[in-house]
Amino acid sequence: MRALDIKLFRDLRRLWAQVLAIALVVAGGVASLVMAVGSYRSLEETRTAYYERHQFADVFANVRRAPKTLATRIAEIPGVAAVDTRIAKLALLDIPNFSQPATGQIVSLPESGQPALNRLHVRLGRLPEPGSLKEVAVNENFANAHAFRPGSRFSAILNGRKRDLVVTGVVLSPEFIYAIGPGDMMVPDDRRFGIIWMSERALANVYDLEDAFSSVTLKLSRGASEPEVIDRLDALLDRYGGRAAYGRKNQASHEFLDHELDMLNNMSRTLPPIFLLVAAFLVNLTLGRLVALEREQIGLLKAVGYGSLVIASHYIKFVIVIVLIGVAIGGVAGAWLGILVTKLFGDFFRFPFLVFIQSPDLYVTAAGLSLAAAILGAIRVLRDVVTLPPAVAMQPPAPLVFRHFLPANFALGRFVSQPVMMMLRNIGHHPFRAGFTMLGMALATAILVVSLFTRDTMEQLIYVTFFMADRQDATISFIEKRPQHVVHQVASLPGVLAVEPYRQVAARIRFGNIERRIMLSGRPRDSDLSRIIDVDLRVVDLPESGLAISDMLGKVLGVNVGDSVEIDLLEERRRTISLPIVAKVEDYFGIRGMMDAGALSRLMREAPAVDSVQISFDENRREPLFDALKAMPVVSGLALQRVSLANFRETLALLITSMAGIYTGLAATIAFGVVYNGARISLSEHARELATLRVIGFGRGEVLRILLLELALLTLIAQPPGWAIGYGLAWIMRTNLAGELMRVPLTVSNLTYVLASAIVIAAAVLSALVMRQRVNRLDLVSVLKTRD
Amino acid sequence: MPETIFTAKGLTKIYASGEVEVLALHDVDLEIGAGEVVVLLGPSGSGKSTLLNIMGGIDSATRGRLFFRDIELSALDERRLTDYRRKHVGFVFQFYNLIPSLTAYENVALVTEISDNPMRPEEALAHVGLEDRMHHFPAQLSGGEQQRVAIARAIAKRPEVLLCDEPTGALDSRTGIRVIEALLDINAKLGATVLIITHNASIQNVADRVLFFADGHITRTQKNEKRMAASELSW
Repeated sequence: MRALDIKLFRDLRRLWAQVLAIALVVAGGVASLVMAVGSYRSLEETRTAYYERHQFADVFANVRRAPKTLATRIAEIPGVAAVDTRIAKLALLDIPNFSQPATGQIVSLPESGQPALNRLHVRLGRLPEPGSLKEVAVNENFANAHAFRPGSRFSAILNGRKRDLVVTGVVLSPEFIYAIGPGDMMVPDDRRFGIIWMSERALANVYDLEDAFSSVTLKLSRGASEPEVIDRLDALLDRYGGRAAYGRKNQASHEFLDHELDMLNNMSRTLPPIFLLVAAFLVNLTLGRLVALEREQIGLLKAVGYGSLVIASHYIKFVIVIVLIGVAIGGVAGAWLGILVTKLFGDFFRFPFLVFIQSPDLYVTAAGLSLAAAILGAIRVLRDVVTLPPAVAMQPPAPLVFRHFLPANFALGRFVSQPVMMMLRNIGHHPFRAGFTMLGMALATAILVVSLFTRDTMEQLIYVTFFMADRQDATISFIEKRPQHVVHQVASLPGVLAVEPYRQVAARIRFGNIERRIMLSGRPRDSDLSRIIDVDLRVVDLPESGLAISDMLGKVLGVNVGDSVEIDLLEERRRTISLPIVAKVEDYFGIRGMMDAGALSRLMREAPAVDSVQISFDENRREPLFDALKAMPVVSGLALQRVSLANFRETLALLITSMAGIYTGLAATIAFGVVYNGARISLSEHARELATLRVIGFGRGEVLRILLLELALLTLIAQPPGWAIGYGLAWIMRTNLAGELMRVPLTVSNLTYVLASAIVIAAAVLSALVMRQRVNRLDLVSVLKTRD
Repeated sequence: MPETIFTAKGLTKIYASGEVEVLALHDVDLEIGAGEVVVLLGPSGSGKSTLLNIMGGIDSATRGRLFFRDIELSALDERRLTDYRRKHVGFVFQFYNLIPSLTAYENVALVTEISDNPMRPEEALAHVGLEDRMHHFPAQLSGGEQQRVAIARAIAKRPEVLLCDEPTGALDSRTGIRVIEALLDINAKLGATVLIITHNASIQNVADRVLFFADGHITRTQKNEKRMAASELSW
């Protein structure tokens, strides 16, 4: 091994703590990228593979009753590759030891067992026997929520008649990865909503649908035009009571899953680049200072005859090794975290299998960026040092000529002690170094703020959604729309305190050439349980006519209050109308249109009708109320707001905060690396001064205080800019995360700022403790003998 | 003989450097009186600096005992040694060791702020004739001026002992003589005991006693009947 390489190896060993700290900064950046992008790619690939292997359909439509013979004509639509017709109905369930009425989405299975599209993955047991009116397969989440195994029993009200059912199998379906029940908000409630697969023959019998179907799904051939197929399908189904067909984009499960993956993707496109850039910047600074400390050795190497290029490449090799250690640590940690995150989300979605994608490009990108930053940092310093004559380089740099802040005879010393003066002058005479150190700490605080703020947004989202807007205790959904008098019927149920009726109609909203499928909800203008909250968190009263829309929908369409939009009503007598936008509403879930219920029924040209009601009820009378609801065949489900909130906290919020937790951990690692290196290099730079102070009578504690004073001051000054940068990054992240299905409010609580600063300060304190050991080991004797 | 300020008995220092042991000081017995000016002469590695460092409380002996008056320095812990340096000892180094970010005045104030009964910084600087340069930073002062600031810093606490390791080593002869002059002046005015390590044999003439070192031993002691004035020196 060449002597220089041995020196390199020994230097790395001598500086192991600093090498590790810098490597950890690099690792933090690399790990965040590898984890975030890696897990996103794995989940995306898993979904694609799942969809392909299980023949997930492209187009979906529901119909009241259509003859099976229509399937042939549907298959003839250009672009249709496969057609699967079936019976799909909602039914109220009665489950042992579960007092609340639950809802089942009943789906038929053909005689052959597996359907042609949306094929099932059997986890336990087997599919029901063809023709059996007893046997059912249920989705895994529902089965787990009730501890169902093959052989478990429950009952369902099928077409008004209670039937006892027995579970034969527990299955997964690409169509119901995310199974949201009627009235549920964003998060599945697996206890009260399940998917139940039964024999088609048996169901046809029960629902009087022999040789008929109520649901159709299509697979399209490559290159087919989805809107054209949908138009043709709608035309065919129209006379059979067809509700507007829709593509995958509007299929509930796919839409939610898409949103989740989108959020993960946006997170991975926002946070890791910030982490990586911050890490690169810090590595650039730190390695520059570290190489500057090698000045005397560089002089010596030149004196004994090494050329500038050889010396420069030696130090560049030094920084490359440090960065590569970081890339290796970050790569391994990132891959491990990536698998963890993939499993976390994979479990949440209940994918039957997981595909882990190796992404060498991520390592290359992360390593390339970190290396470039580190090498540039080293070159910046080496350029100055290697051009010095050896004799000059071997000596420490000439002492800087310090200047007075104030007139010389104005003794600031009267107000501050000499150690404080030393610190102030050091900062004053190295403004760039102090500035960059501060910036480094500010960035450390900032990446912590942006990692932590998602908790605040989740709390704000919960507060606005569950406590300001949707304050009802429960939502009761009906199998089909009901006449207005159902409100009185519900009001007279035991324990019901207040009832508000709602009507929802599927619609397409269009402005210019931008179009979205939405639910148009008709609601009482003076609603008190479920209120509309605007951007400024004020309660909005709906005007007599006109349309209020989600703020996000306004942005998507590019409309403002006062503009008119075109609306295609997709139910009943379909027609297209034009409506003025009268308000934009800050809501966090979905994109929707809201209007006065009376106005909606006029538009629909129907008598006032109700699809669901929001109620508040007396908690003491919940059991009689539940029993009464179970006896109402028109009821398809009951969603309890309290349960929705608990589910939201347990699942979605947990996923988001887990991710935030991982990012916080990585940010804390970077923060520690930065602060430790700052302190350690500062010690090297001031070692001689500090040892002199020890010799002339300063105690260890006093000298440590002098060393840490600068670190403490810079750390503290860095906090407010750190908060500001953090808020800016949070804004970028919020903007990137905003989707049509869910938005998060930009809320950064004081606690988040305090926590971010506390972590950075804790890193500083930890560094201080390490520094204490170093100060205690200062070599006092050598100071007397070395030249300044 | 005046009151004894330092008493060393069998003082030995062994440096362990890897597997090799270096005997830096070997069984040294010594007494130094209060107010004495002592010059330590000898080749490099003969043990002068080791003895001075142990006396100054910045290094410890491997064996033997060292007393400062009736305090046994060899038995003190780190905190008490710091206290000893702070109260009783002034150091002057070959390369001055001033804090570059502090002015001459502030470098002195650094010590006066942590001492019990110090002089005012301007008074200490006046002792070395630098009252006009007190608001200058080290980089704005010549080598001799910097060394005199270092002396001012050392005497500002009114130390009983001034330990000087090659105080003229980095200076030309004219400046060096001024520095020796300042040290003798302090000895005369404050009664401080002054120990000077030097390679410059002519400086021995200003001492009350000269200790000759070789191989970790004091090989010879020479008592000067008459001390030469610094102004009479030349080299």
